[in-house]
Amino acid sequence: MTDTKSGTEPEAAVPVDPNVVSVTLNGRAIEAQKGELVIAAAQRHGVYIPRFCYHERMSSVGMCRMCICEVDTGRGPQLTPTCMVAVAPNMVIDTESEMTKNVQQGILELLLANHPLDCPVCDKGGECPLQDQAFSHGPGESRYIEEKRHFEKPIPISDLVYLDRERCILCDRCTRFADEVAGDALISFTSRGNETHITTFPDEPFSSYFSGNTVQICPVGALTAKPYRFKARPWDLAQQESTCTTCSVGCRIVIDSSRDEVLRYMGVDSEPVNHGWLCDRGRFNFESTKSADRVLQPLVREHDELHEVSWNEALAAAASIIEEAKAAGGAAGVAVIGGARGTNEDAYAWARLAHEVIGTPNVYSQMGDGLPADLLRLDRATIDETASATTIVLLAPDLKEELPVLYLRLREAAEKKRSRIIEFTPKQTGLTRHAWRSISYEPGSQVAAVNEALADAEIAAQLAKGDVVVVFGRANLAETITASVQALHRLLAAAPGTKLLPAFRRGNSVGALQVGLRPGAGGLDTRGVLQAAADGKIDCLVLVGADPLADFPDTELARRGLAGARRTIAVDTFLTGSSARADVVLPACAFGEKDGTTTNLEGRVSNVVRQVSPAGNTRPDWMIASGLATALGSDLGYANVGEITLDIAINVPGFDHVTSAALAASADGVLSGTPTAIWPVTLLEGTAPERNSYDLRLVISRTLYDQAVGTATSPSLAHLPRGSAVHLHPLDLARVGTADGVEVKVRSARATIVLPVVADASVVRGTAWLPWNNPGPNPGELIDCFAAVNDVRIENL
Amino acid sequence: MSRLNDANEVLAKEIIGRYPKARSATIPLLHVAQQQNGYITNEAIAHIAELVGATSAEVLGTCTFYEMFKMQPVGKYLINICTTMSCALLGAEQLVQHAEQHLGIKAGGTTPDGLFTLERAECQAACTEAPCLQANYRYRYRVTPAQLDQFLDDLADGRLDAEIPPHGVVARVRQSIPVDRGVGAVAPDEVHEAPAWMSLGEKS
Ligand code: SF4
Ligand code: SF4
Ligand code: FES
Ligand code: FES
Repeated sequence: MTDTKSGTEPEAAVPVDPNVVSVTLNGRAIEAQKGELVIAAAQRHGVYIPRFCYHERMSSVGMCRMCICEVDTGRGPQLTPTCMVAVAPNMVIDTESEMTKNVQQGILELLLANHPLDCPVCDKGGECPLQDQAFSHGPGESRYIEEKRHFEKPIPISDLVYLDRERCILCDRCTRFADEVAGDALISFTSRGNETHITTFPDEPFSSYFSGNTVQICPVGALTAKPYRFKARPWDLAQQESTCTTCSVGCRIVIDSSRDEVLRYMGVDSEPVNHGWLCDRGRFNFESTKSADRVLQPLVREHDELHEVSWNEALAAAASIIEEAKAAGGAAGVAVIGGARGTNEDAYAWARLAHEVIGTPNVYSQMGDGLPADLLRLDRATIDETASATTIVLLAPDLKEELPVLYLRLREAAEKKRSRIIEFTPKQTGLTRHAWRSISYEPGSQVAAVNEALADAEIAAQLAKGDVVVVFGRANLAETITASVQALHRLLAAAPGTKLLPAFRRGNSVGALQVGLRPGAGGLDTRGVLQAAADGKIDCLVLVGADPLADFPDTELARRGLAGARRTIAVDTFLTGSSARADVVLPACAFGEKDGTTTNLEGRVSNVVRQVSPAGNTRPDWMIASGLATALGSDLGYANVGEITLDIAINVPGFDHVTSAALAASADGVLSGTPTAIWPVTLLEGTAPERNSYDLRLVISRTLYDQAVGTATSPSLAHLPRGSAVHLHPLDLARVGTADGVEVKVRSARATIVLPVVADASVVRGTAWLPWNNPGPNPGELIDCFAAVNDVRIENL
Repeated sequence: MSRLNDANEVLAKEIIGRYPKARSATIPLLHVAQQQNGYITNEAIAHIAELVGATSAEVLGTCTFYEMFKMQPVGKYLINICTTMSCALLGAEQLVQHAEQHLGIKAGGTTPDGLFTLERAECQAACTEAPCLQANYRYRYRVTPAQLDQFLDDLADGRLDAEIPPHGVVARVRQSIPVDRGVGAVAPDEVHEAPAWMSLGEKS
């Protein structure tokens, strides 16, 4: 046993910092933090204590006993699970004693007693903590010769996850994650003693939006993900860190590939962003990259059919369309929409092409479903600031559906009682049950709802405590943003100093707006462009990864706009409803096939990497912009993507410190600054009219799984959208005189669609909710995007 | 026959009212479900989950942790013969075989008439009275094969109805507590005097 007294400094020299606890670790004096668990303190000081159940992002449970070490708190060395005990002054920890080793070997022998040892056919083999720790801390032999317990080999516990109960070591990580982190306690330990195993309830699968995380944190091969099963061995994988751009949270990921094929994404624990978690949509939509439906060659329309051509021919065809359009109606006859899904570099090259080379002011990266660009001028909060604010006000869509990992961060803030959530919403959301106050409103009455809340003494007192962050987003696609923005300003006026987290949805919305994919002087936004096109005023419409038919809320206007534009050029990874109608299709690289940077909703810039070769003859968007500039007789002057990153740093306000070197130096990305100028947004006038008592007010919002291209072309996700339906409050359903599941007519001033009705208590009375872009009749047909609100009538067939 | 019936739902809500947190009522409600159906159905679990605000998976986990909650139908009389050490030494295994012959089933099975389920059990904490058994958790001590025959016949013929209720009936105590007893969920800092029931008995 080490003599602890002689190794430590005399008492007087001990620092008086009350948060520092001096302990002895393997004979060495170390300083731990007050409240720190022994296992964590040891790790910070370079001593790794083996573990299975302990996970730094979840509470300790002491299930596996693997972390037991000898710890002396003054009563002599005691065998102590170090994940359950916090450091105490003068504690002596020995992770290497004979006794400790003996116990670790014993625990491993016990854990392996029932383990099938089928490593050769196990996906985890090669990256398995059980395998690794059996090797480093195990006895090497087992005395157990009896029959092991047997279970049916892997059973699906959800559409995406399989469970092999023979391999499970009952560490409680998956179940703790499901309950504590995701709030979906759909898996649980059942039975007791030797019979204990994980199950779901019959007919209630583990259909959590976050189920993939359990596969990542399972310390054995008990949980495997359908899209990765038997695809590769870990030692054959090439890996690079990148950033998910599926939504604007921008979770940090590792892309694993083998033989030039992306095989999976894993979450990286980024302290300011995702804490290691990913949503299943972001995790599994890598399948889309290798979809057989990708557009792989440039296409040009001849005799009403798209034909494969060379890049030179396609770029020349696109250039001549643009030149003809300019000759016919001037540069403003060309419009460029989209670009919020690419990198900052893609967006910057396209912004320069549009504004400088073509010279049109009609450029916009949002699809009419976004937020006013000038919100970026307000005092912006980071995700961390939001998740630690005293009060979080939500004037936002259901974050669980749209920005899933932000939902996890805010849920945690509420669960840990760090923050109180005040929610204003036209439909109950995933955060409603965690909200301190959830205030539902009928679209159009946001300002009244906010005023009423501000008049409530308790709410006013809560806001008066300061440190307020408003998460602001598009809660309803079937109304203009006007009423919500007015409500926001009312809040900002009532609680000065409030910060804003803008809940943009698409991966790089913020980056695209900041680097320049926004209208020039007198230019039109997407709604304006589509209206102008419908009126025959757009001779060339350029769609940069934009699919107005799927994304623009007013489907009729989208359709008229696409039909009215004389010629269309599309840059896309797939032939979508919109790009399939183009005259020229320029095939673009998908995520994972190109390098660059992306900007998340808080303005954090982080890198995205090329991990596999571009499919077919595809090119990154920036290179397409460059090629098109050249074909137009100009030159953007970029030979590689790094030059654009540098150009952005030089030219874009707020990005001056966002250099390749700064990005390389910071694992968590670099926060960009506030833009000095951004397109001033004019909100549509109009107050919501009174609702006729026979009508219901329309609420349309997104679900995590819909028919978005990345989901629809990922076989593991494609069947997950629940389908188009109209959801009514049960009392409204009774009033209509119909029953759950029956088909009804939904009639707006625009159109009538027929679809099943669902009784749904999360819908506000007097409103009708429909999910956006789900399989089935398209609710976009009901929306007039110029109307302050849209009302519908439900009729029996 | 599956979810809690109306009367039991009312009872369930009253039981939930006794706890500061609804979830704490999970086990009492499982007893109510078992009392109603003789065993716990999946539908009852889902119903209890709704009532206490948990997921069905969580209630299932709690339920299956306890040996005394049965997830399959069992006979009207559940016969548990202890086969742990003391009882084993004094002939428990022969007793099990005898019971198997008498009932015409193997341990773990239920008679076709639904009257008896026979199980081997772990120590019932009556080792000094070995071999012992329980019928619906009511003891019989130092049981001989002849006594076992008599006991099973008595049960079958209803002669022990007064002592041994059908399986699932946990106790013949009332479930609802009269209001004047002042029992219920009270936060500790709201307690200013001894609860009413403490003084009720004093006068009589
Ligand atoms: S399935 Fe994996 S994570 Fe879940 S308890 Fe078993 S070993 Fe732990
Ligand atoms: S929350 Fe958004 S960024 Fe994170 S994994 Fe999901 S889709 Fe990707
Ligand atoms: S890691 Fe400490 S008990 Fe499992
Ligand atoms: S061994 Fe049978 S009661 Fe204890």
